[in-house]
Amino acid sequence: MSGHSTYEPKTGFTRWLDTRLPIVRLGYDSFVDYPTPKNLNYWYTFGGILSLCLMTQIVTGLILAMHYVPHVDHAFNSVEHIMRDVNHGWLLRYVHANGASMFLFAVYMHMFRGLYYGSYKAPREVLWILGCVIYLLMMATAFMGYVLPWGQMSFHGAVVITNLLGAFPVIGESITTWLWGGFAVDNPTLNRFFSLHFLMPFMIAGVVILHVWALHVAGQNNPSGIEPKSKEDTVSFTPYATVKDGFAMVLFLILFSVFVFFQPNAMGHADNYIPANPLVTPSHIVPEWYFLPFYAILRAVPDKLGGALLMFGAIGVLFVLPWLDTSKVRSLRYRPTARVFFFLFVLTCLILGWCGGELPDNMVFQVGSTASGDPIGLNFVWLSRIAAAYYFSYFLIVMPVLGLVETPDAVPDSITASIMNHSAEKKGLAYAG
Amino acid sequence: MADTVGEITPAGEDPSRRDFIYLATMAAAVGAVGSVVWPLVDQMNPSGDMLALASLEFDLSKVADGSEVTIKWRGKPVFIRKRTPAEIAKAKADDNADLKDPAKDADRHKPGKAEWLILIGSCTHLGCVPTFGGGDWGGWFCPCHGSHYDTAGRIRKGPAPKNLALPQYAFLSDTKVKIG
Repeated sequence: MSGHSTYEPKTGFTRWLDTRLPIVRLGYDSFVDYPTPKNLNYWYTFGGILSLCLMTQIVTGLILAMHYVPHVDHAFNSVEHIMRDVNHGWLLRYVHANGASMFLFAVYMHMFRGLYYGSYKAPREVLWILGCVIYLLMMATAFMGYVLPWGQMSFHGAVVITNLLGAFPVIGESITTWLWGGFAVDNPTLNRFFSLHFLMPFMIAGVVILHVWALHVAGQNNPSGIEPKSKEDTVSFTPYATVKDGFAMVLFLILFSVFVFFQPNAMGHADNYIPANPLVTPSHIVPEWYFLPFYAILRAVPDKLGGALLMFGAIGVLFVLPWLDTSKVRSLRYRPTARVFFFLFVLTCLILGWCGGELPDNMVFQVGSTASGDPIGLNFVWLSRIAAAYYFSYFLIVMPVLGLVETPDAVPDSITASIMNHSAEKKGLAYAG
Repeated sequence: MADTVGEITPAGEDPSRRDFIYLATMAAAVGAVGSVVWPLVDQMNPSGDMLALASLEFDLSKVADGSEVTIKWRGKPVFIRKRTPAEIAKAKADDNADLKDPAKDADRHKPGKAEWLILIGSCTHLGCVPTFGGGDWGGWFCPCHGSHYDTAGRIRKGPAPKNLALPQYAFLSDTKVKIG
């Protein structure tokens, strides 16, 4: 923790407790007196929002688990039972299902913010890697949770994703059999996915504690990317950050409520309201929106193992990101060239998401037809190949090379100076906000 | 480590004896941890009753010429297709075509039973169930990622690496087949 603790217990009981288990002191130092850079903008509120999401998922999930039956004969019906018969069951399920989407949305915002302001750079590498671990755990949890309602998309999504592991030579088949507990996705698979889906949020909570710990050791990054140099550069967590985070949470909950109460199935797929049938695959199988970019990368490669490796590589590359960026300047606010590449990267992620939701042979645009009637133009496979190439180039080429060759803008001396320098701030806001 | 051991070892005693004890203890600890972890890992493999469901019998008289029945075996779909002479001829004609996973049509069915094609109906790409009648070779087409299979269930185009797999099966009589 930074600095000396200023906590002073006021009552007899807290004095007694403080010498035995200084837990109130820990809370005070971490969330009241903790100094935060005074220039944090709203992109920095997603951390708090994410902890709200995790708590929401755990509470609603625990309750859903009281009514859900993890068995192939009962899973689908028990979900319908929750929707129709359980008191407020529809609310709990819609909050939980849409909560997953909101959670992933917030984590993507949080990650893009980290990318933009260079929050992964020294001394925050471990903080960033712990975040990547949380993201991986979240993806695994979301995937297994989507299997539980045992609809057509649940079932065939599980088949496709678990078969990815079968792409590995020699051991692939043993791994899938072991994972399935049989020779296909079946009751043992559903049962263990339920168990793991229950476990993983608590693993996430554990890594979140490490993540916050690492954050408090290194201190928060800020939009200027300059470390606080004096007391003038910081304000106390409470009330400044708590109120700002709280206000952002209210806005976030409004968006959340729009989905839960007015568009509860907008993020889902109609086919998942058909009970799972192992003998028929839906004609168009797509993952949830938050996996679409990775799904597009998977399909961009004509080889089964190559596609799977590239897809895992797209996440793996995030882990080594701190060592790929060679720039001495942390925040993109002072790196105009890097900023262009960053926004291209964001656009690429959106394009990959678009490609992931379309059939590979569909045309993005068509300029004509061959003699045999085949369309000429750009199809989604080729669009995803171009986008996937840029996705990897951004990390593996742009980041290492640009840091060495670009000329960054002048970086102010301190956070306070960055705020006082009105024109620079205005420019930064225009790009960041 | 040798230095420390040397200091506490009485004169004349061979320090390698102590190293041996360390190594033996480590080996025993690794063995003990391994034997505890293995049951925790292996419990995820198919259980006894899952393995016991390994075979089933099917009455072929239910399948008309040029049609297909899909049954569930070990949780996976199995296609039992009664091929028409045209389908068989087409499959034979392509025996020497440029195949991704080369196989003769004769190896795809039991000897003298060319009309019966029995396949595991699970795309070798990512396990979706292909549908018959689609695709460019008159066989199966996988809706998930666009793999085309011919009338012998051989992969012809698309991301799937292998032909549709053949289950173990045997004809018990002309109208009865045992799968598994």
